[in-house]
Amino acid sequence: MATTRTGAATAAPASRRSGFDPRAVRERFPLLAARREPPLVYLDSAATAQKPDVVLAAMDDFYRRYNANIHRGIYAIAEEATAAYEDARAKLARFIGARAPREVVFTRNSTEAINLVAYAWGRSALASGDAIVLTEMEHHANLVPWQILAAERHVELRFVPMTATGELELEALPGLLADGRVRLVGVVHVSNVLGTVNPIAEIARQAKAAGALTLVDASQSVPHMPVDVRALGCDFLACTGHKMLGPTGIGALWARRELLEAMPPFLAGGEMIREVKLTGAKWNELPWKFEAGTMPIAEAIGLRAAVGFLEELGMEAVFAHDRALAAHALERLPEVPGLRILGPPAEKRGGVVAFALGDIHPHDVATVLDHHGLAVRAGHHCAMPLHEKLGVHASVRASFHCYSVPEDVDALVEGLHHAREVFGR
Amino acid sequence: MSEWDEVYRENILDHYRHPRNRGLLEHPDITYEDANPLCGDQLRIDIEVKDGRIEKIRHSGHGCSISQASASMLCERLEGQPLEEVKKLTREDVLEMLGIELGPVRLKCALLALKTLKAGVYGLTQWPGEEEETA
Repeated sequence: MATTRTGAATAAPASRRSGFDPRAVRERFPLLAARREPPLVYLDSAATAQKPDVVLAAMDDFYRRYNANIHRGIYAIAEEATAAYEDARAKLARFIGARAPREVVFTRNSTEAINLVAYAWGRSALASGDAIVLTEMEHHANLVPWQILAAERHVELRFVPMTATGELELEALPGLLADGRVRLVGVVHVSNVLGTVNPIAEIARQAKAAGALTLVDASQSVPHMPVDVRALGCDFLACTGHKMLGPTGIGALWARRELLEAMPPFLAGGEMIREVKLTGAKWNELPWKFEAGTMPIAEAIGLRAAVGFLEELGMEAVFAHDRALAAHALERLPEVPGLRILGPPAEKRGGVVAFALGDIHPHDVATVLDHHGLAVRAGHHCAMPLHEKLGVHASVRASFHCYSVPEDVDALVEGLHHAREVFGR
Repeated sequence: MSEWDEVYRENILDHYRHPRNRGLLEHPDITYEDANPLCGDQLRIDIEVKDGRIEKIRHSGHGCSISQASASMLCERLEGQPLEEVKKLTREDVLEMLGIELGPVRLKCALLALKTLKAGVYGLTQWPGEEEETA
């Protein structure tokens, strides 16, 4: 069980390949259902996912029926809003295997969650001479906050190298941890460019043995696969709602309770305090200590509906579905002459496929695909060091979710043939 | 020709496939590099100036067809012209040369060459009309 939970690479058996019918699922997404002739081929779910009807309805219902600020109102709709907001937290906590809802702090997104750790934990726990281990695969969100901290606190940054096939060189990790100065290992669970599923449990085990904490950027894993923070053995985990079929503006930081207890607040203001005098204040309990000001209430309620929707599909089934589509893409894309797929073989990746098409610029590829009704991403996907390492300036990325179908991949291949005709030289 | 082929009018594809004034100059009087952080496009422009005129102008770097074609068109147009011409060029001139409608992201590709040129020649990082981009 622990192996599947950490996303270890095993090909999904054919019988489990479709735990749900993606065509029926697609009907639940108003934006996709409205685009039939021709259909919108949406291949940018790694950037943001489409939203199912239940998410839109939940947010609409909140605003129409019980919109009120949470926590302090002594009247019925305020109490209903508070209960819904806190239930969203509890639901997300269960979804990721947290021990208690208070270990889940709502943020705007993963980026804010990582910044929260860098500011609140980093600035109180780290001192000159300490080190942080990151990887060459990180999204800028898990690089730049640490670069700022490192410059400020004279903390050393070390990097787990990445191979030419887009996997972490884990043999390097023991050496990076050896001198005992590493306080944190920050690693992406599933690469937003390559789809590589990293062996978090093993990394966290090594980090712990070396006296370091582990922070997981789970932006691309929580929306697509079963994630259990206790099975992973990590200390911090960041995720974001809009990639998991929920609204934008809501994300979360999970951390072990004792870590959150020891950390000073990040943002200061209302709700995060217990008592304020003109010259000082006492902090509120967890998790509200980290939730200053009015939070995105409707968005939390929308996220609750999204988690419910994902639970109904089943995360094992979502993961198997996404990976089957990635495998289909890896099989068909090489039909396009000059196409170079970035990243690992199918059995080591989730539902993300990035590639380069000869020397045709990804922007040009994406523009041709757009005119075929395909939405893909082109650029460096907020991972410039990763692209530098792979020797490409930018790439085209196709990414899937529960509403994606094999025909989306086929349309992609057709569009790419056309792009070659236009830009081949 | 389907509808989308219109985006890449023959003119742009011609400059993209056969770029004019591409390369580096050995002894440039002005050299300037800029990048479009959104897409990673990079562009360098080298200029040799003689008696206030652009004697030679070359562009190098990498980018999409729009940014490459606009660099090629600008260089072709400016070689032999008074350096003052650079000051007079507007974004509208560039868009007119390209002859296509562009969304906000591709607009940055289209204007990279002009931006690089202006910054290199005059140290300008903004030029009249740029504020429209945020409108």
